[in-house]
Amino acid sequence: MIHSLFLINNAGDLFLEKHWKSVISRSVCDYFFEAREKAVEPDNVPPVIRTPHHYLINIYREKIFFVSVIQTEVPPLFVIEFLHRVAETFQDYFGECSESTIKDNVVIVYELLEEMLDNGFPLATESNILKELIRPPTILRSMVNTITGSSNVGETLPTGQLSTIPWRRAGVKYTNNEAYFDVVEEIDAILDKSGTTVFAEIQGVIDACVKLSGMPDLTLSFMNPRLLDDVSFHPCVRYKRWESERVISFVPPDGNFQLMSYHISAQNLVAIPVYVKQNISFFETGSSGRLDITVGPKQTMGKTVEGLVVTVHMPKVVLSANLNATQGTYNYDPVTKILVWDIGKLNPQKLPNLKGSLSLQSGAPKPEENPSLNIDLKIQQLAISGLKVNRLDMYGEKYKPFKGVKYVTKAGKFQVRT
Amino acid sequence: MQKLLQLPVNAVNIVKGVQGVTQGQEEALSPVLTPDSGPQNWYSAVQPEELRHLRSGGTGGGGWGRGHDDLKEMLDSNKDSLKLEAMKRIVAMIARGKNASDLFPAVVKNVACKNIEVKKLVYVYLVRYAEEQQDLALLSISTFQRGLKDPNQLIRASALRVLSSIRVTIIVPIMMLAIKEAASDMSPYVRKTAAHAIPKLHSLDPEQKDQLIEVIEKLLADKTTLVAGSVVMAFEEVCPDRIDLIHKNYRKLCNLLIDVEEWGQVVIINMLTRYARTQFLNPNINESLLEENSEKAFYASDDEEEEDKKAEPATLAKRKPYVMDPDHRLLLRNTKPLLQSRNAAVVMAVAQLYFHLAPKAEVGIIAKALVRLMRSHSEVQYVVLQNVATMSIKRRGMFEPYLKSFYIRSTDPTQIKVLKLEVLTNLANETNISTILREFQTYIKSMDKDFVAASIQAIGRCATNIGEVRDTCLNGLVQLLSNRDELVVAESVVVIKKLLQMQPEQHSDIIKHMAKLIDNIQVPMARASILWLIGEYCEHVPKIAPDVLRKMAKSFTNEEDIVKLQIINLAAKLYLTNSKQSKLLTQYVLNLAKYDQNYDIRDRARFIRQLIVPTDKSGALSKYAKKLFLALKPAPVLESPFKDRDHFQLGSLSHLLNAKAAGYQELPNWPESAPDPSVRNVEIPDWSKCSSRKDRKEKKVEKPFYSDSEGESGPTESADSGNCESDSGSGSASASGSDESGSGSESEESGEETESDEEEEDEEEEKKKRKKLDKTKAKKQAEESAERCTIHTIHQISCIINFDQFDMNKITSVFSQTLAPSGSIKMYELLHRIKGEGLAVEYCFSRQPFSPEPNMVAVQIQFTNNTNSETKNLHIEDPRLQSGMRIREFAEIDVLAAGESVTVVMGIDFCDSTQAANFQLCTHTRKFFVSIQPPVGELMTPAFLTENDFKKEQGKLMGMNEILEKLTLGEKCVNEHVIVERVTATANLSRVPCGSDKECRFAGKTVSSGCLVLVTVTTKEGGGAQLTVNCEKMLIGTMLVKDILQALSQ
Repeated sequence: MIHSLFLINNAGDLFLEKHWKSVISRSVCDYFFEAREKAVEPDNVPPVIRTPHHYLINIYREKIFFVSVIQTEVPPLFVIEFLHRVAETFQDYFGECSESTIKDNVVIVYELLEEMLDNGFPLATESNILKELIRPPTILRSMVNTITGSSNVGETLPTGQLSTIPWRRAGVKYTNNEAYFDVVEEIDAILDKSGTTVFAEIQGVIDACVKLSGMPDLTLSFMNPRLLDDVSFHPCVRYKRWESERVISFVPPDGNFQLMSYHISAQNLVAIPVYVKQNISFFETGSSGRLDITVGPKQTMGKTVEGLVVTVHMPKVVLSANLNATQGTYNYDPVTKILVWDIGKLNPQKLPNLKGSLSLQSGAPKPEENPSLNIDLKIQQLAISGLKVNRLDMYGEKYKPFKGVKYVTKAGKFQVRT
Repeated sequence: MQKLLQLPVNAVNIVKGVQGVTQGQEEALSPVLTPDSGPQNWYSAVQPEELRHLRSGGTGGGGWGRGHDDLKEMLDSNKDSLKLEAMKRIVAMIARGKNASDLFPAVVKNVACKNIEVKKLVYVYLVRYAEEQQDLALLSISTFQRGLKDPNQLIRASALRVLSSIRVTIIVPIMMLAIKEAASDMSPYVRKTAAHAIPKLHSLDPEQKDQLIEVIEKLLADKTTLVAGSVVMAFEEVCPDRIDLIHKNYRKLCNLLIDVEEWGQVVIINMLTRYARTQFLNPNINESLLEENSEKAFYASDDEEEEDKKAEPATLAKRKPYVMDPDHRLLLRNTKPLLQSRNAAVVMAVAQLYFHLAPKAEVGIIAKALVRLMRSHSEVQYVVLQNVATMSIKRRGMFEPYLKSFYIRSTDPTQIKVLKLEVLTNLANETNISTILREFQTYIKSMDKDFVAASIQAIGRCATNIGEVRDTCLNGLVQLLSNRDELVVAESVVVIKKLLQMQPEQHSDIIKHMAKLIDNIQVPMARASILWLIGEYCEHVPKIAPDVLRKMAKSFTNEEDIVKLQIINLAAKLYLTNSKQSKLLTQYVLNLAKYDQNYDIRDRARFIRQLIVPTDKSGALSKYAKKLFLALKPAPVLESPFKDRDHFQLGSLSHLLNAKAAGYQELPNWPESAPDPSVRNVEIPDWSKCSSRKDRKEKKVEKPFYSDSEGESGPTESADSGNCESDSGSGSASASGSDESGSGSESEESGEETESDEEEEDEEEEKKKRKKLDKTKAKKQAEESAERCTIHTIHQISCIINFDQFDMNKITSVFSQTLAPSGSIKMYELLHRIKGEGLAVEYCFSRQPFSPEPNMVAVQIQFTNNTNSETKNLHIEDPRLQSGMRIREFAEIDVLAAGESVTVVMGIDFCDSTQAANFQLCTHTRKFFVSIQPPVGELMTPAFLTENDFKKEQGKLMGMNEILEKLTLGEKCVNEHVIVERVTATANLSRVPCGSDKECRFAGKTVSSGCLVLVTVTTKEGGGAQLTVNCEKMLIGTMLVKDILQALSQ
């Protein structure tokens, strides 16, 4: 299956290699560099590259290319999904998955990679098991380790791997038993020029942070489970119970994990929290243009919209922008041609407005295309779909846990066409 | 701190670079450093960082400058901390691709180190370099051999893992031995490691294949989820063609699937897809034949059609009612929940399984899951979209509801945009084309020019596929001709050319317009297209064409090759149609071409001159020159590049590349006739042989944690739960054990159960098993009452009947006639004699399992012809069903003579609801609208549980799933016997043995989804009673309570 893995940074430096079978020379990455050059943008590198003897399957995450080498037929998603799992594990261990953290923790990275694959086939990918095998670094521990010479490798043998619940480690103990659930919903929408919704859907996830002792068996139920018609679950969730009773019954992994994700595609259910009035036009003569954007609240369910940011990808001929914002700050980057207007909190009494002129490259014809606007926002204490957690019950343990649910709505891929 | 620790490694590297001694070696190791630019780049990238460390003032790192001596020293020291430090540096070197092989002797010494982290890092080093230093690597082997005998299973496993990872041929026999031993280890974890080791050994020494296959065979029989994924992986790498090894394990794998870890799931599902393709019949066989025929008729030329006609009777003859193998259904049912997995690879695997194996009507469910994956990382999107593109060609309807999910955002990467366009184009049809075209219009304004070009092509494809919008599209494209971007114009020209070819007469003004464009457009492909158009339709633009040729002749030498070829083409065509005006020009162009650098062009010129210019030498062909050049050309078919990609297994690498990847296993075609299904039958193991108590215990613990109840009643599981002789287990054993009351209805059920079992077992085994079972039973029950004995004999008789007759239908009828208590089955009227003009139809729920499809309810229908004439062609038509419901019609009754009556059985999947199934009953003269509505009690089949199982299941179905009701028993309900009779008459349940005589328990499963239904009736003093119903489906529970209440209180 997966033969080797190379990590390559954005500048094209290969800074880590790992082989699970016999060693493959790094010259194989030349094919990748070639494709990378051709693609211009890192996003556009084809995920699967064919070379005479190997296949390179790569992902791009946090400015790092994870390039894996394959020799025989394997489902490409299998590899892609695994590589993302690797990146997530690094993130989980080091707080972020970046070139510098990987370089700083190269030994742990290597140990992790060794455990995650055996002969190219995934062995242990659950973060709970890995953490039993290899302890994540903390400042305190690395201090102690350097002084005493002790190690990151767990002294105990990983029992989780043997159990029927491989995602949970045994013998968990907490003094404060708590379980938190974050219902995070993102609105993906495309609005057209006139403000009508072309397409809208909600992507939700329930992130959990469960710190409970022993082997708790949890049941989470919703007030309105019928909203959810398309869901995917962490392997710990019992499908059967969901299908028959619409409750989520599971033995949770220890720590942070994503319990489920769901998708609400019925358009009438998707409330669009803000409207955008915009007018971007370029003049035929005088190489200039006008821009006028106003944002206002639409269906906010009585909550305040925060963290409002409008991003505009301008056409290449726009040299600079001379604008005036009634609220927040704007910034135009003439290199990437991106205009970012950071508004902050939306005040319904005084609608934020950005107005002014754009100057274009002189002599260039007026751009044909109009840039589209990307909106970013956040609404606390609201799940825009109306999903509500009813209750959380715990079986199997005697103590009383502290339970908490938080709702957040964000803009996902929220785009306004002009 | 961390940085500080790393310093020496970096320092060493620098020194190496400076010394230049090791440099050559390094380059040999990393040939990525191409001679001209590579090395500088690499070092310049590394150096600043190294220098940073140097500047930050390293105090440690003594001894840099002495190569690896310091590391050797540290490794030789007694302190674990020093060893660890050294190993960490070495591993860091390996990670960066530096050569550390000269440290091998020093490192290998530490293989037996007590410190667990040092040990692990040594393993890492060993696996990396053992291949290069074979002799020295042998030093470490004995340590691992010792490890293989360790009492701790984890140490055994890790020893095997490292041992098998050392790629040294000389230890092959040792590895083989270790694998064989580990394969029968007590610990499933060690067995899993053994499964992992198999492909390693195979790649090291392929000659071991035969022995390894034996191990695989053994491990395939393993019942733990831990092993299943790994061993199937080994199977796929070593012997993917040995499909025969899977037979016996097929059902087990299906049932375990949901509990296997996600990576194993992917591998198993892919393997089972292939397996199913060889073992089952095409569920769409009838439809696909129809489809192919109609499609061929549409595209094929005449002679092909004739062939078709010949072939048609043959194909028609082949068509016969399709019955899905229950094992095929099992696979589909058990993979379905995995569509909800968080792992995209698992979802894709299930999706491809459904696409390749499921009946057409069921494939739709995968669309939703695939659309969900579109939210994932862009790489996942890329792969999923490729597969959706292929699927959307074959099954357009599936993705139509999700059309909008494929709309493009300006922030999508180009490769995603292009794929989404492809899908949108595939989904376009008459109804949604206007929406799609409106979308495309916005795309054309995008800043991403490659994407715009792709959009224009997409418009072209929509226009060719859907005739109604062709003119609209053409107009839109013509408008684009005035676009400022040349790329857009060029692409439009190419597409317009293709569109015009379909109906050139009406569009001479567009051709004129395009002729004008030739002055401005520089893109060669577009110029060539315009020239071709003018040449082809020069008769529509007689005035312009020669003028264009004049211009082109002028610029001929500066044109690209494809344009030159088209100029020659244009010249030739004009020469033939309008030789007066263009003779000289043509000569000129041909002369220019004669001396062109490109030999294709010279060849073409020579050829054309011979053909069109009449000389004395010119052959017979020149007479036909006009016909040759100006023949009517068929319009191009704009096809999706994804057409016919589905001959590759979807989701595979080969599908993505549209080329066979190494090691790709061809997806076999469906067999013409199904191979023997009995090969999948499993012997129920004789547990008395179980050697040690320990083994048995372990097996019990390994019982899948989350397997649903369905899984547990599967063949392997029944073997599992039957392991203790004390509990009467499941399956056939319990059938005879549960006939306690001995009422008529009960014995009928026991018969039923054995019958359904028989289906799955082969005869020989069956006889043996039964004898054994009966013997033990006989012993046990020797002292029991006479009544029971008689039932026992009935049971035996039923077995004998079964052995003698193979025809299932016959057996069914035998049972229904001999064993079904006529009183308890209620007949319902489907069609009254008067309304049916002499034809009377009654039906009843026979309570037999419907053998072709186990999740259908069998409905027995009795037709009586009360007229004086024959009734012909009795059959069902036009079923109108609630969504999800299905009907399996009975075979048409050709003739029903006057006064005769006939009984047939049909199957209806009510989806566990009491909604009526409506359909038309047709005779050769009349149609009658009829409907069958099932009482809730008929939607279930008996389930055989022990008292303990019953209590356990009941415990799981508390709360909302439990319905309690108090009642007063009717006057006649005086004893247990009557209660049992009443309840079983109301609902198709089986009695569960119970210690207390105050309680009667019944269990059943819903037919369609297999949810458990548990009923308890507790009698109290004075005619009172309490009824408890536990069922996952609350609706069913409530209705059942109502029915039973009524039955009991009468």
